[in-house]
Amino acid sequence: MEFLLYIRVIRIFVKFVFNVLENMETNRRQFLKIFGISTLSGLGSIPAIWAFTQHSALSTQHFGKRWAMVVDIKKFKTEDDYKKCIDACHSVHNVPDFGNPKDEVKWIWKMPYKNTFPEQEDDYISGEMKNMPFTVLCNHCKNPPCVRVCPTKATFKRADGIVAMDYHRCIGCRFCMAACPYGSRSFNFRDPRPFIKEKNSEYPTRAKGVVEKCNFCEERLSKGLQPACVEACKDNKALIFGDLNDPDSEVRKVLETNYTIRRKPELGTQPGVYYIVGAKEDV
Amino acid sequence: MFEKALTGDKRYWGWIFSLLLIMGTGFIFYLKQLDYGLGITGMSRDVSWGLYIAQFTFLVGVAASAVMLVIPYYLHDYKKFGKIIIFGEFLAISAVIMCLMFVFVDMGQPMRAMNIILYPTPNSIMFWDMLVLNGYLLLNLTIGWTTLNAERNDMPPPDWVKPLIYVSIPWAISIHTVTAFLYAGLPGRHLWLTAIMAPRFLSSAFASGPALLIILCLIVKRVSNFDPGKEAIQTLGKIVTYAVIINLFFFLLEIFTAFYSNIPGHMHPFKYLFFGTEGHGKLVPWMWTAFILSIMAIALLINPNMRKRENILMVSAVLVFISTWIDKGMGLVIGGFIPNPFEEITEYSPTIPEILITLGVWATGLLIITVLYKIAVSIKAPHPPLSPQGRGLR
Ligand code: SF4
Ligand code: SF4
Repeated sequence: MEFLLYIRVIRIFVKFVFNVLENMETNRRQFLKIFGISTLSGLGSIPAIWAFTQHSALSTQHFGKRWAMVVDIKKFKTEDDYKKCIDACHSVHNVPDFGNPKDEVKWIWKMPYKNTFPEQEDDYISGEMKNMPFTVLCNHCKNPPCVRVCPTKATFKRADGIVAMDYHRCIGCRFCMAACPYGSRSFNFRDPRPFIKEKNSEYPTRAKGVVEKCNFCEERLSKGLQPACVEACKDNKALIFGDLNDPDSEVRKVLETNYTIRRKPELGTQPGVYYIVGAKEDV
Repeated sequence: MFEKALTGDKRYWGWIFSLLLIMGTGFIFYLKQLDYGLGITGMSRDVSWGLYIAQFTFLVGVAASAVMLVIPYYLHDYKKFGKIIIFGEFLAISAVIMCLMFVFVDMGQPMRAMNIILYPTPNSIMFWDMLVLNGYLLLNLTIGWTTLNAERNDMPPPDWVKPLIYVSIPWAISIHTVTAFLYAGLPGRHLWLTAIMAPRFLSSAFASGPALLIILCLIVKRVSNFDPGKEAIQTLGKIVTYAVIINLFFFLLEIFTAFYSNIPGHMHPFKYLFFGTEGHGKLVPWMWTAFILSIMAIALLINPNMRKRENILMVSAVLVFISTWIDKGMGLVIGGFIPNPFEEITEYSPTIPEILITLGVWATGLLIITVLYKIAVSIKAPHPPLSPQGRGLR
């Protein structure tokens, strides 16, 4: 008995060491890639050359994309403007509607200004502003605490900055929910399937006992489409989506020409969702 | 040695069967939870950990019982603990098993529990916690069992146990530290984001673990003919006294930093816990109970003459136990989620099935303690005067 246990412990340990080594290897490659040393060492020279032709500026540390979103709150004028985006997202992603706050699952939703930016508490902000609804969703943080804590890598960060979920690996420990400082994550406290209004067969439904959240419509991006919410409000361009690493992208232009804020920047998570705050433009 | 647990009087079996009954009830409700999902509990999107993780956090502390005996006995040659050290180790075993069970019943997808091992993720503190908890369990199982076995055969314990015992000391510190790190490294949860989280875990652990040990020793003394020794129990009482005082001190440090700095996020959870926020105050009576009980316990314990009276010591140990159970379990875990990241208040209270499952796990732990203690006592107790027929049946 004891012998078997020892063997198991040793196996776990070996696996762990391999894992660490593997991580180190990826880090080393990234390092080489960034500094272009790989051409000298003869390792992975093709990606390095590719990277340098793509981004001539040495200051750019990122290779590939970094998806981000700008929420232009001035453009959300009517109740319907919010509803359009939210419904678009929730229907393509088979998000259930339990009709009660305890079991609630949501990917994108409305939150008053005072709750979205609680640290901006100010007695002299108008009541109208305080209660102005903001659309909130997962920020696809650059330094995501949810990824850091997940014990199974069921939550992981992709190379393009999307913080994605593997619903089949998640053990439902909800550590990620405790770690996310933005309340972006929902847990399937019950079997969600009977509560999906109209099933979209293009996207998987989830089982009970796993966590889920906005995925920046990775399934649509891979087909070259914009996220569902962005598309739903494209008439008034209330949501702008694009690649932060592309200096010519629309998000970059919007960020250059507008003053934007992000939620809880002091936590160092580097959210990928920006907000343009301002009084509503005249209709 | 297990056969020793199979003999006992009516009281013993009555106790065992009541525990089995509670375990059975808990198990049935756990099956219900498996079927329905964790929605059967009071947890929600905002308070996503509840009673289960609170018990887990508290019980990691109780597991410290062993090290508080091991250090004086092995490092300071305090022989008086020799008789009860096995009780500390066995309590640690049962506490860690309960911890693992509470984590397990809290999982949304328990069938996938092995994923933690299949996809080891060193950046996740939970991975390390799993390692140190299981390691601590193995250590105490090995140490406890071998030393007891040696004692039964009237032999000194084998030499290879010694290094394991020494390893178990920093290991015990590690289970508290790593468990504290589960909480202390999360940005945006102000109640938890504090560097003295690990010291607080240690202080409350060194209070609650030995307190439970005092209670158990006094029970053992009453129900069996084994005497753990007055002095050993008194020394445990001293340890508890120091630990509760340090624990209270650490708590006041937190209060100072939060309120003198006047940073809203740091004050909110404390305000919620002790005074309620916006009319929500489900935990207020609990927190004040915990606070007052710990003050009462300190008042009783700090006076050596009071502490020397076994009844008073027993009462204080119970007070300490309840107080740390509330404070470190419910207070710490639930308080960390309120207010939520949007500064809204969503309250939590456990549901009946959740409570029954929790009781089921506790009953399992108590059953393990009972069986292990029974074995230990029957090996250690001076043999009762043998009746002529009883000779050789020991
Ligand atoms: S917003 Fe929350 S869930 Fe989304 S990436 Fe950041 S930490 Fe993770
Ligand atoms: S609930 Fe799932 S995704 Fe979240 S930390 Fe646990 S395993 Fe990872």
